[in-house]
Amino acid sequence: MEKFTQLKAVVAPMDRPNVDTDAIIPKQFLKSIKRSGFGPNLFDEWRYLDQGEPGMDNSKRVINSDFILNQSRYQGAQILIARENFGCGSSREHAPWALLDYGFRVIIAPSFADIFYNNSFKNGILLIKLDADVLEQMFQDVELNEGYQLDVNLESQTITKTDGCVIKFEIDEFRKQRLLNGLDDIGLTLQHVDDIKAYETKRKQDTPWLFC
Amino acid sequence: MAGKTLYDKLWDAHVVHDNGDGTALLYIDRHLVHEVTSPQAFEGLRLADRKPWRVEANLAVPDHNVPTTDRSKGIEDPIARIQVETLDNNCHEFGITEFKMDDIRQGIVHVIGPEQGATLPGMTVVCGDSHTSTHGAFGALAHGIGTSEMEHVLATQCLLQKKSNAMLVSVDGKVGVGVTAKDIVLAIIGKIGTAGGTGYAIEFGGEAISDLSIEGRMTVCNMAIEAGARAGMVAVDDKTIEYVKGRPYAPTAKQWDAAVENWRDLHSDDDAKFDTVMNLDAAFIQPQVTWGTSPEMVVSVGDTVPDPLNEMDPVKKEGMQKALIYMGLEANMPISEIKIDKVFIGSCTNSRIEDIRAAASVAKGRKVADNIVLAMVVPGSGLVKQQAEQEGLDKILIEAGFEWREPGCSMCLAMNADRLEPGERCASTSNRNFEGRQGQGGRTHLVSPAMAAAAAVTGHFIDVRDMS
Repeated sequence: MEKFTQLKAVVAPMDRPNVDTDAIIPKQFLKSIKRSGFGPNLFDEWRYLDQGEPGMDNSKRVINSDFILNQSRYQGAQILIARENFGCGSSREHAPWALLDYGFRVIIAPSFADIFYNNSFKNGILLIKLDADVLEQMFQDVELNEGYQLDVNLESQTITKTDGCVIKFEIDEFRKQRLLNGLDDIGLTLQHVDDIKAYETKRKQDTPWLFC
Repeated sequence: MAGKTLYDKLWDAHVVHDNGDGTALLYIDRHLVHEVTSPQAFEGLRLADRKPWRVEANLAVPDHNVPTTDRSKGIEDPIARIQVETLDNNCHEFGITEFKMDDIRQGIVHVIGPEQGATLPGMTVVCGDSHTSTHGAFGALAHGIGTSEMEHVLATQCLLQKKSNAMLVSVDGKVGVGVTAKDIVLAIIGKIGTAGGTGYAIEFGGEAISDLSIEGRMTVCNMAIEAGARAGMVAVDDKTIEYVKGRPYAPTAKQWDAAVENWRDLHSDDDAKFDTVMNLDAAFIQPQVTWGTSPEMVVSVGDTVPDPLNEMDPVKKEGMQKALIYMGLEANMPISEIKIDKVFIGSCTNSRIEDIRAAASVAKGRKVADNIVLAMVVPGSGLVKQQAEQEGLDKILIEAGFEWREPGCSMCLAMNADRLEPGERCASTSNRNFEGRQGQGGRTHLVSPAMAAAAAVTGHFIDVRDMS
């Protein structure tokens, strides 16, 4: 996993609540057996006017110019601001894979769906929860200022606006450390091999039917 | 000291190592696997030269991509075929038991787990699928995980977890005749919202939940995720034990007795403290129909489509307006005036034998309405299909004009050939009414199996209780 420490980048807005993982990456693209290449199909049904299928040449498709991420001012954005319950629905990790592949490293919203939240951190995406009114101000700032940027620092848990205003954010310490260091979860867990074996030995005695 | 909740008991019994930072390494008893979210996890194992920690804890089945029509020619879609073959190959390579597409035990992963007794009370159950919460109906701790976490479970038999808060949703009193588990859970989601359960493990309790069959409890727990909860669960009682008894993977003889004694404790203590308690009066729950693009956008069948003008929250108001446009509905129109094009009875929410019986009882002696272009019934597993056929339910449904299909996820998420065309409107017993969920531009209304069958034979939504 790629580590995350600090990022200053253009911000794009996704101004609707309950953006679900079906919208983030529609099901037809889940047939892939790879982890990469989902970026061109991020938000496929909103982003294009024609129906997308795996294997299509996306450069030849009909672009929905009304869709926010298709506007030239948001090209190259790496920070996404969103509304409540972002990432709800299916457990597909293809959703964070698509967001990452498109270029997003930070998503800021009042709340995130649980499985999406876990999946994103496993892929080096920083999700930040802020109060809805703070987000509302950011939506207005982004709308009014073309090329609007935020500077996100994970170590200090701060977001610095271009006017110098600093917003603090909370994050679980264990997630922060994993992200700062780009740690491999499986490697960390395997440091507890003896604990796992001891647990299994005891459980086999107490609840043998679970090991049949 | 306050007593423990069911969630506390399940959590405590599975802690391998407490990291002291609010997280713990939790042992996983059962890992269910399907073709869509697993290829990258197996690939990860291979790249790191790792093997499954406890291979017999895994059980695999292809379900999302499989055709529901004649399977003798295999899967037509080459990309879907590769994905199913990849599952076959991975299971073969790593020695994991798989119910392949031609096995009578094949079906939707959340139907076959309980059906086989592979889901047992007191277990931790995970799967790379959000509807894993279904298995909580057995007094198990069950939730969906992503592909990275699947790889983690395969390699270590553990998951790094942060404990959720505990919520009790108590559905008090009895539901009226004709009100089902699906109506109960949709009413709950309508009340607490799709993010209302975020950060919680929900225990469903109260008389109306106790009164439900195990299949009904599975329907309720299945949709806990639609309320944002990581897990849903119901305490073990006699019905749970009776359901599990004699299933292929269930314990037998002396171990059965020991297991039952252990399972009897799988309920919240009388003095257990929940972080949040929500009470719902069962008597007020009516058959439910969703009108929008989120499961919380739900009303009773006798109601009208809500008017965004009555919503004060500007973000919600705009969400409602967008949903109405997408759904092609007018505010304030009666739900019963919504005409539909397709009917889908199936999915991990509602494809078990009781669901098919409910649909057949409504369809019996009636015909699918002329405006319905397709009404399909997709059993949850080969064994559900077989039982339905033994009971003659297939004949009743076919006679009424329904198509009787092979088991799989089918049009719940439309990864296979079963889907809505743009603008088509569907009465569906599945779990998600998101934009494009059942096909790009498709419009989904979530209902119970009886309500879906009633819609099929009348061509529009109707209170199934009004049908004589």
